[in-house]
Amino acid sequence: MKGVPHPLSPEFRLVTMRDLLLLCGSLALVVAPHATRAPWWITLLALCLYAWRIHYSLNPAPLPARWLVISIAALAMLGVWLEYRTLFGRQPGIVLLMLFSGLKLLETRTHRDAAAAAFLGYFLIITNFLYTQSIPTALAMGAAVFAITATLIGLSAPNRAPRANLGTAALLLAHAVPAAAALFLLFPRVQGPLWGLPQDAYAGMTGLSETMSPGTLSRLALSDSIAFRAEFDGAPPGPSLRYWRGPVLWDFDGRTWRIGAQSVASFAAPAGSSATYRYSVVLEPHNRAWLFALETAAMLPQGSRYTTDGMLLAGAPVRGRMRYDLSSVITPRSALDERPGDLARALRLPAGSNPRARVLAAEWRAASRSDSEVLARALGFLRQGGYVYTLEPPLLGTDSVDEFLFGTKAGFCEHFSSAFVVLMRAAGLPARVVTGYQGGELNPVDRIITVRQSDAHAWAEVHVSGHGWRRFDPTAAAAPNRVDSGLARSLPETQQALFMRRELEWLRSLRHQWEAVAHKWNVWVLGYNPERQRELMSHLGMRNADWRGLIAMLFTVLGITTALLLAWSLRRMPRPDPVQRAWRAFCSKLAARGIERSPSEGPRDFAERAARSLPSARRAILRIGALYIGLRYGREANPRRASDLRRLVREFRPA
Amino acid sequence: MIAGILERNPRLANWIWGFKPPERSPIILVHRRVYILPARLGMLFAATLAILLVGAINYALALGFALTFLLAGLGLVGMVHTARNLARIGVSIGRAEPVFAGESAQFRLYLDGRVRYDRPAILARHVGSGSQFVIDIPAQSVVEVVLAVPARRRGWLPLGRVLLETRFPLGLFRAWSYVEPDARCLVYPRPQRSPLPAPLAEAAAGALRSQAAGNDDFSGLRAYQFSDSPRHVAWKAVARSDDMLTKQFTGESAAELWLDWRLLPAALELEQRLSRLAGWVLAAERGGALYGLRLPGLEIAPARGGAHAAACLQALALYQPS
Repeated sequence: MKGVPHPLSPEFRLVTMRDLLLLCGSLALVVAPHATRAPWWITLLALCLYAWRIHYSLNPAPLPARWLVISIAALAMLGVWLEYRTLFGRQPGIVLLMLFSGLKLLETRTHRDAAAAAFLGYFLIITNFLYTQSIPTALAMGAAVFAITATLIGLSAPNRAPRANLGTAALLLAHAVPAAAALFLLFPRVQGPLWGLPQDAYAGMTGLSETMSPGTLSRLALSDSIAFRAEFDGAPPGPSLRYWRGPVLWDFDGRTWRIGAQSVASFAAPAGSSATYRYSVVLEPHNRAWLFALETAAMLPQGSRYTTDGMLLAGAPVRGRMRYDLSSVITPRSALDERPGDLARALRLPAGSNPRARVLAAEWRAASRSDSEVLARALGFLRQGGYVYTLEPPLLGTDSVDEFLFGTKAGFCEHFSSAFVVLMRAAGLPARVVTGYQGGELNPVDRIITVRQSDAHAWAEVHVSGHGWRRFDPTAAAAPNRVDSGLARSLPETQQALFMRRELEWLRSLRHQWEAVAHKWNVWVLGYNPERQRELMSHLGMRNADWRGLIAMLFTVLGITTALLLAWSLRRMPRPDPVQRAWRAFCSKLAARGIERSPSEGPRDFAERAARSLPSARRAILRIGALYIGLRYGREANPRRASDLRRLVREFRPA
Repeated sequence: MIAGILERNPRLANWIWGFKPPERSPIILVHRRVYILPARLGMLFAATLAILLVGAINYALALGFALTFLLAGLGLVGMVHTARNLARIGVSIGRAEPVFAGESAQFRLYLDGRVRYDRPAILARHVGSGSQFVIDIPAQSVVEVVLAVPARRRGWLPLGRVLLETRFPLGLFRAWSYVEPDARCLVYPRPQRSPLPAPLAEAAAGALRSQAAGNDDFSGLRAYQFSDSPRHVAWKAVARSDDMLTKQFTGESAAELWLDWRLLPAALELEQRLSRLAGWVLAAERGGALYGLRLPGLEIAPARGGAHAAACLQALALYQPS
């Protein structure tokens, strides 16, 4: 525009100190959660960059030269590469963005730079959701959105009071909520991912793994995070019956148990089912394919497979929260038609390992007349052998079972189950280790059972001829409380985590309330997926809504919300006075006939003069003049007269 | 390109901008006249949204979707609010004091917020000259903007088109509107300094009374010439203004000075004549003389004072040769 700098254009407007501090503050809000996860030197560097920029805005001086900023960026990238050996993973990417936010601030001079940094802030918000999408995170990031929006507003109105800008930010966000809700519900959802994700995309998901060695489960049991939640139709089974079956481990190398080869089988519902429980599970992502079912599953969840050893497998590793419906029966499992190859596999022990346990098992075998007697001896041995159930078992060497059984005599469920299965195999009984969860806490608020990693458990299955595979829980033999009342009551108090303590009942109840809310959040907000969207559409009467239907509906809703907003924005504005408008229309009609009102001329004089010049329209002119004077200067505000005036003016055609 | 087409087709421009210039004030910017398009930052914002959306889909982040859609809603709402910041502003004009050609006319525009909320960061820009201000209109109040428009030629100077623009609140959209109020400013001819004619110069042209300039009585001031004696320089007047002035004396007091078109050399062009005459009016007024103005077909009787000077200068400004 003719070469004059445009004062509203963001390229020319310099950022004020106030806006810059606000920008630094709101970016810090977004970066703070990352700072706790990043390596210490990166956090420190980011902090220095922010502080450096704040220093510049408090003590005005030219910003650091471009080459300096670029070399810092290059050094930082080198550092990140040395730390992670790549630049393209999830974690290194986020760490780099964190540093770039500081570097961007360092070269922020104008409104445009600041706005770009603010947009980077918006982007950094979403990176936080890669780690957690809990309610507190959502609230914190909501605050960050508010802060960044207020910053943007401050950039456009640098002279305005900050309070007013905060008010505008709140107003804008409040107005944006209906449109956002419409988009959230109606925007056609695509099941991701669109392309391959970086290697470390699913790092940090906890849960059971394909292997079990001494210490695996006791370490997992320290984690308070949730494995899954189950909601029962009707009363759930008691805690001692809640064995949630997960991976089955067959292969032992003397120290570590592994899943080994698996084969898929066709599912057959267990016969002779007594009590059937129907329930749905909301499984937290654990990056493995297996699903957990109350022992024993009576049906398969949709889209899942079944293995010969009774595991349920999803189509792909569970990388998002997943919901499935299931029914189970509490009945001793009996699969009589076990394949001989499997039974041989369930007897295999590594040669030469754990010799003392083998000797002991051979003694039992020799002294017993039946399988059940061997089983009884083994359980009795564990019950009376003075074994201690502890979360902090001593470290074990290669012959872990011997060391546990005859040396340390202190262990967690993986020690008990491992030792028991080794003893059974040595005694000639096919046996295997089953891992999963045991118990879970019933939330009295919403009747949902929450199963945590701390409920992780391992037990044994032994193939008893004539009965098939049967569950034995050697841990229950040594520490009966574990199964009846959960981990918390079976451990010495010093080993209990804060949330496990009995005396803090109020804390527990608060926790129950909170978890009920969190569960709703997980199911209704975080669990909203293409499937849910289809359900919602069919509730709204659109069966088989495809993306075109969704888009049409979305645009309708957005159009309505925008129109309402527009109506709102005009609501409080005085419209041009209709009387005044009519009078002006009248004046311009006369002006078209060459009778122009001079600014000094009053309406009465003007009407009389016009009437004299246009005798043919005399009556109409004088009538309009009188109406206008009455409405404008008189005391009466009669809407009838105003509409009379408008009609007369409309019909007025000076010949 | 579009600007060029509109320049060549004023009627099309009027239709597009929604009004026919010049307009009587007060002008209310109805919604129909407020135009809105995404600004460059808006494009950047849209790109950010696209990246956010892809990220949310790729990682199946429910809160990522929520964030993306909240920001999309924010953009949409920002558009309505940007238009609202400009819609239904009242524009009225104030008096523009006359200026001399070569100076800048100071047009006063009054922007009336007319609402109970404030309207921050509104740009008022004179399209022709680029003279511009960014103002904040507080709630329920009127703000004055003075636009300096260079006055090149004598006569009436219309204000011309004024752009009102805002990007508040988010800077993602640019809302603008044009107004062309019927404001005009009188531009006097550019005054040219030249020695005042002798009082009653008519005598020299064959009138009845004859009076030579003498040293007896102070009759007024005229512009300094090199040949003037330093004793006659009006030092007090020089101290007040920057001009060097010479006191003039005549043998008779209360002389009438006629600033006559015909006293100027016949070779002078019209504009130069008017410039000389304007210079004379200023000099005569400054000197406190009683002066009249004579133009072909127009005569202003001798008098003195600001109103008289203004009348004479207006006559010169609006003079049209028949």
